[in-house]
Amino acid sequence: MNALAYARYELVRTFRNRRLLIFSFGFPLALYYAIAGPNRHEHSLGGTGISAPVYFMIGLAAFGTMNAVLGSGARIAVERTIGWNRQLRITPLPARTYFRVKVLTAYAVAALTIALLYVAGATLGVSLSAGHWVEMTALLLVGLVPFAALGVLLGHAVSADSVGPAVGGTTALLALLGGVWFPITSGVMHGVAEALPSYWLVQASRVGLGQHGWGATGWAVVVAWTVVAAVLARRAYRRDTERPAA
Amino acid sequence: MTASVEQRLVEAVAPGVVVRGLRKTYRTPSGPVEAVRDLDLTAARGETVALLGPNGAGKSTTIDILLGLQRPDSGEVTIFGRSPEEAIAEGRVGAMLQSGGLLRDLTVRELVTMVASLYPAPLPVDEVLARARVEEIANRRTERLSGGQTQRVRFALALVSDPALLVLDEPTVGMDVETRQAFWTAVRGLAGSGRTILFATHYLAEADAYADRAILMARGRVVAEGPTTEIKAMVGTRTIRATLPGVPVEQLERLPGVASAARRGESVDLVCTDSDAAIRELLARHPQAHDIEIEAAGLEQAFLQLTGDEEVAA
Repeated sequence: MNALAYARYELVRTFRNRRLLIFSFGFPLALYYAIAGPNRHEHSLGGTGISAPVYFMIGLAAFGTMNAVLGSGARIAVERTIGWNRQLRITPLPARTYFRVKVLTAYAVAALTIALLYVAGATLGVSLSAGHWVEMTALLLVGLVPFAALGVLLGHAVSADSVGPAVGGTTALLALLGGVWFPITSGVMHGVAEALPSYWLVQASRVGLGQHGWGATGWAVVVAWTVVAAVLARRAYRRDTERPAA
Repeated sequence: MTASVEQRLVEAVAPGVVVRGLRKTYRTPSGPVEAVRDLDLTAARGETVALLGPNGAGKSTTIDILLGLQRPDSGEVTIFGRSPEEAIAEGRVGAMLQSGGLLRDLTVRELVTMVASLYPAPLPVDEVLARARVEEIANRRTERLSGGQTQRVRFALALVSDPALLVLDEPTVGMDVETRQAFWTAVRGLAGSGRTILFATHYLAEADAYADRAILMARGRVVAEGPTTEIKAMVGTRTIRATLPGVPVEQLERLPGVASAARRGESVDLVCTDSDAAIRELLARHPQAHDIEIEAAGLEQAFLQLTGDEEVAA
């Protein structure tokens, strides 16, 4: 079996999917300029000490990548609905390779989203040390792991018709509560935010301050969401493959 | 891939497909439905076998289990002496499932190449495209194909692994007459090269024209099995039913025009190849016969008739 050739076509398909590209690249970029542009000289957004261009660069990277990673997994729902997963199950492709390639593809889109937002950030004057860029990127990529598992879960829990709203709604809600659009620094909202994986994606921007992005709480939340989503996704997959043909 | 001596021996003597004692019950809101009930079937290496039966006979469930897509409640399946999962992992099985769309955002050629990459020793993509007659649409996106074209691409996907066993679940549903003929010509070409082919259909004509042997299924069981000529004689017939106590079945079977006879209490069922000759002779020899019915056996009726006893039992 040639998993690389298989992955290549999965990538080709993904980059031909206009909707995914618009929501993962076009939207975040446009919103970044719309929100961070007018506030480009704001050096401490909402008292966080983080400049607006850095905060929103990471915020919108989080938004775009959440959408890419959730959407890529959730497209499994479409493949299930049309019966493509049955076709694949009569090939030697192991289920785990199928999921790995899905996640890999999602990360390819996410990496491009991050790169685009960094370039956009640079045009608004964001300037960081090489070490900080790397650390920020690493935190974003790790912070997306629970979303990969959530995407696979959604892909088995919803029908093809509801994939769009499910991904859009989940992304919008997690983005809002996680502080993509404005920093959440106190109160009940902060408590809620701290329990969400989207909040910790956005917190990667604190690296720009020379701080470490996540403390123990951040790691615990990301790991917990990953484990729970992965267990549920696995269960959903099992249940799905046991179901008789329609 | 190198096979051990033992493995090669097993392979040499193992038949193509063996299904033993298969059972599968679905739980539905209106109670359990027994889709397959104690089913046995075999297909020898290189044989083309038709699985013939009306809708709901259990053909698709049997094929799903054969392909490892569903787990049976009991019973076992081997393909070339292996489990379905092993045979599939080795790329020996190609299948065209009854329903199924194609992955979008790829051209036909890209999709076939993608699926080919999953197999250890696939056929060249160009050869597959030619055999499935999809060359002229090779560069078209899969989401822009007609129903018939989609079917042909699904056939290409079943062929791409160069499978030793080809499973086709009602492959010609939705094809026009011309496409259907061309499809079977392609299948016949494959059968000639030593592949085992198992196809499900509810068209008697397809089984008759393309299979070496047909297995009739009804309500989850095999009700008859044999060369298609025999099956045809069995179903292209009329049945005489009469109340006629005390006459041995063997005697009735010797009547001209009668293919087989069966007794159910006081009444007898005579499956006839020539019901006109049979009824004359029956009344001449057994004038006490009464409550006589003669009915033409369509395929559906033939199936039901062949399982009539069971219906009473169930």
